[in-house]
Amino acid sequence: MTEPLLRAEGLSRSFEGRRRLFHETPRVRAVAELNLTLDRGTALGIVGESGCGKSTLARLLLRLIPLSDGRIIFDGRDITALDESAMRPLRRRMQLIHQNPSAALDPRLSAEDAVAEPLRIHGVASGQALRDRVAALLAEVGLPSAFLHRFPHELSGGQKQRVCIARALALEPDLLVLDEPTSALDVSVQAQILDVLDALRARRGLAYLFISHNLAVVRQVCERVAVMYLGRIVEEGSAAEVLGTPRHPYTRALLESVPRLGANQAPPAAPGEPPNPASPPSGCAFHPRCALAVAACRAAMPPLVTLGDGHRLRCPRVG
Amino acid sequence: MSAIAEETVAAPPRRRLRLALWLLTRSFSSMLGLFLVTAIVALALLGPWIVPYPDDVQGGINLANKLQPPSFAHWLGTDEVGNDILTRVIIGARISLLVGIGITVAAAIIGVPLGILAGLAGGRLREVIMRFTDLFLSVPGLVLAIALVAALGPGIVNAMIALILVWWPGYVRLAEAKALSIRDEAYIEAARVAGASRARILRRHVLPNSISPLIVKMSMDIGQAILAVASLGFIGLGAKPPTPEWGAMISIARGYMPDWWWYAVAPGVFIYLAVLGFNLLGDGLRDILDPRSNRG
Amino acid sequence: MSALLEIRDYRLAFDTFDGTAQVLDGIDLTLSAGETLGIVGETGCGKSVLARSLLQLNPMPPARVVSGQIHFRDEDILRLPERAMRRLRGRAIAMIFQDPASYLNPLLAIGTQMEDAIRGQDIAASLRKRPRAAARARAAELLAAVGLPEPARLLDSHPHMLSGGMRQRVLIAMALAGDPALLVADEPTTALDVTVQAQVLALIARLVAERGLALMLISHDLGVVAASCARVAVMYAGTVVEEAPTGELLARPLHPYARGLIAAVPDLDHPERRPQGIAGSIPGLIAPPSGCRFHPRCSAATDRCRREKPLRRELLPGRSVACHHATP
Repeated sequence: MTEPLLRAEGLSRSFEGRRRLFHETPRVRAVAELNLTLDRGTALGIVGESGCGKSTLARLLLRLIPLSDGRIIFDGRDITALDESAMRPLRRRMQLIHQNPSAALDPRLSAEDAVAEPLRIHGVASGQALRDRVAALLAEVGLPSAFLHRFPHELSGGQKQRVCIARALALEPDLLVLDEPTSALDVSVQAQILDVLDALRARRGLAYLFISHNLAVVRQVCERVAVMYLGRIVEEGSAAEVLGTPRHPYTRALLESVPRLGANQAPPAAPGEPPNPASPPSGCAFHPRCALAVAACRAAMPPLVTLGDGHRLRCPRVG
Repeated sequence: MSAIAEETVAAPPRRRLRLALWLLTRSFSSMLGLFLVTAIVALALLGPWIVPYPDDVQGGINLANKLQPPSFAHWLGTDEVGNDILTRVIIGARISLLVGIGITVAAAIIGVPLGILAGLAGGRLREVIMRFTDLFLSVPGLVLAIALVAALGPGIVNAMIALILVWWPGYVRLAEAKALSIRDEAYIEAARVAGASRARILRRHVLPNSISPLIVKMSMDIGQAILAVASLGFIGLGAKPPTPEWGAMISIARGYMPDWWWYAVAPGVFIYLAVLGFNLLGDGLRDILDPRSNRG
Repeated sequence: MSALLEIRDYRLAFDTFDGTAQVLDGIDLTLSAGETLGIVGETGCGKSVLARSLLQLNPMPPARVVSGQIHFRDEDILRLPERAMRRLRGRAIAMIFQDPASYLNPLLAIGTQMEDAIRGQDIAASLRKRPRAAARARAAELLAAVGLPEPARLLDSHPHMLSGGMRQRVLIAMALAGDPALLVADEPTTALDVTVQAQVLALIARLVAERGLALMLISHDLGVVAASCARVAVMYAGTVVEEAPTGELLARPLHPYARGLIAAVPDLDHPERRPQGIAGSIPGLIAPPSGCRFHPRCSAATDRCRREKPLRRELLPGRSVACHHATP
């Protein structure tokens, strides 16, 4: 078996509580004992609702925020303990696409300067070679050279996201972490961006960690999907299985909640709301909203069990 | 209407400049501010060449002419030693402007790096810088300045030094707040992901994006500094007569109220217009310098 | 039957630095009592501006009514003075918005805000303001009506103690305070999680059915509109390009843009159907394309489309399309 591109073992991140004068902020476990692997050239979707820890996970894996526990192995190398300057050369190989392209671009840099920045930082190119490289990158994501000197406020949302993708590609990474890359975009633009992402993956053999709340988009992009609820994976497997024949009650509720075009009525709704990470329910975090819950679910957190063909499931009630 | 802003795609390169002018001309108060500041700067620059009585600048004595009311020969009248008041307030503009700009720039040079350092570094360093700043901010500025001048000895240079010492903490506060908010912007994270060093992030992203509010504050502060210097001059701690400084002039003119009212009114009106001008201009700049304020 | 709301040839422009943006370009829509109408479209199509027009919430200037009427019952909203408009807001027409958090005052308890709203409605109705206690009882009643548990305790809570879904329910409860005939919902579930969105959509559907509310729901999400509205109008660049019963539109869109919009939505149940983007991007409205505003992105565009603005015509009963080339 070849070494996966990215492996996380027992990854945890807690935000420490603080005592303030008038109130106390409790300790919050954003990500808890999380294991995942991502193979080269594949796409893993991370889905879940607000507060499930998916954005925190993205930043943990990129070592942008410190982790509380666990290990991260990138391309066979343990990067858990690397400091900022030791990480810097590795940053060329792992890049991030933000949710909101308007915020991810410095308002004072033109498209050309934004894409050139990583190349300048790593001294990859300069002068005319740099300019040619930037123009080629922008062309690769579908922006002709007329856009080179535009500033963010002169670009549409889709065009800004293309600039961000070109910037992420500049250093020829192996891994792209995409944090809700299309949720700020219109659907007609979203479809264009998904095409760009597909083409890039095919051409460059990139691996994607694709974070999204939009299940249909994840279904389009990813081979595998992990469903998160309150900092933990509750189900993981191939996209076809998890999103086609979901087993975990939460995955099912999530899928049923999506309004379908042909439905003509409000989708059936699971009761309750995603819990506050600051005061998690006992046992299985989903039990207060789960129709199948029994006393055991309230008592202890069920383990994440690996079934056949790499399907993982955290629910003893659906075997 | 963000939707509209988003659609104005094909932007000619000089749009930014034209937009700035358009925003400026649309606002009466900004235009008034610009006019007043331009007028005062012009007076300051051209002063020695346009004053009607250049000999009166250093304060000649011509008692035969003293305390004349405004007339064709002396538009704003004359003072207690017969000097032309118009000449002296014009030269006073030079002093006030120089001192106002000097105080503001020096305060910013001290305060901004400290503020940005505090905002970006966080932790203990931030605590030290900010608490030290608070120490200064907790004493009324002018009172502290008076104490400092009293210790250093009266005079225009010492007044400046004192005012710089009470002025910089405001810039620490502003720069720190700005750096804190920029630190959490997604584009800073994007730069980190690209492998940018702290120094590069500071130089390339944090500084350029903090400039606008600093320029706005500086514009407003020049007016306030002019007022503060005049106040020190008024209580005899600033420029010393016969230097034609506005505050010092009012201080002397006070003794000739109300019979020779024009003597005090002239520098008073100039102080008022200068402060008003810089404040209005600062307000106008705030609207213009925000790169995202391209809506109509 | 006379319509509750009738929008006729409504044109609204925004004066900006770059010129005048023709944001709404001849909108014609009708809504009867108890009817549900969805407005879908992408960023900048003018759907939110249209929604705000019903309560005169667009800032004027820069906005400027160029022509048209918006008749609500028998009054033209566009010509109502602000005083009369205040009487209408909340009482005849209520509105809920995308971001529930920013429409609640973080410093005041939910109860206080609801009591104020209820007593405000009394004044608008030229009644005597009811006493606080009565208003509080009414507030608890409204909270129960929107399915919130323990209304009494909730009235003493502050907005930050509530989840996003609960806040939106509180705002819906407040919108019901004046017993409106028309509810305008501008992206009411966009900021919510999908499981909570399903709950709020179910709530809106129930209120519409129980109270005979007319609903105008603005959304970028065709699925949300499909779940809530019997009829849908598709907007593009300030015009309604197609209006149809929701099921018929989704099954067989007649306007090229409506077709493109539906084809762009990824289908969770049929992943083999790849979403198709629409080439190009939305046009600027300061110098919009000549003729049909969609022609630069339309594969079927002809010279006529570039020259002549297509008027919306009824192709099938209840279905109208603004396209020269559309056939039933």
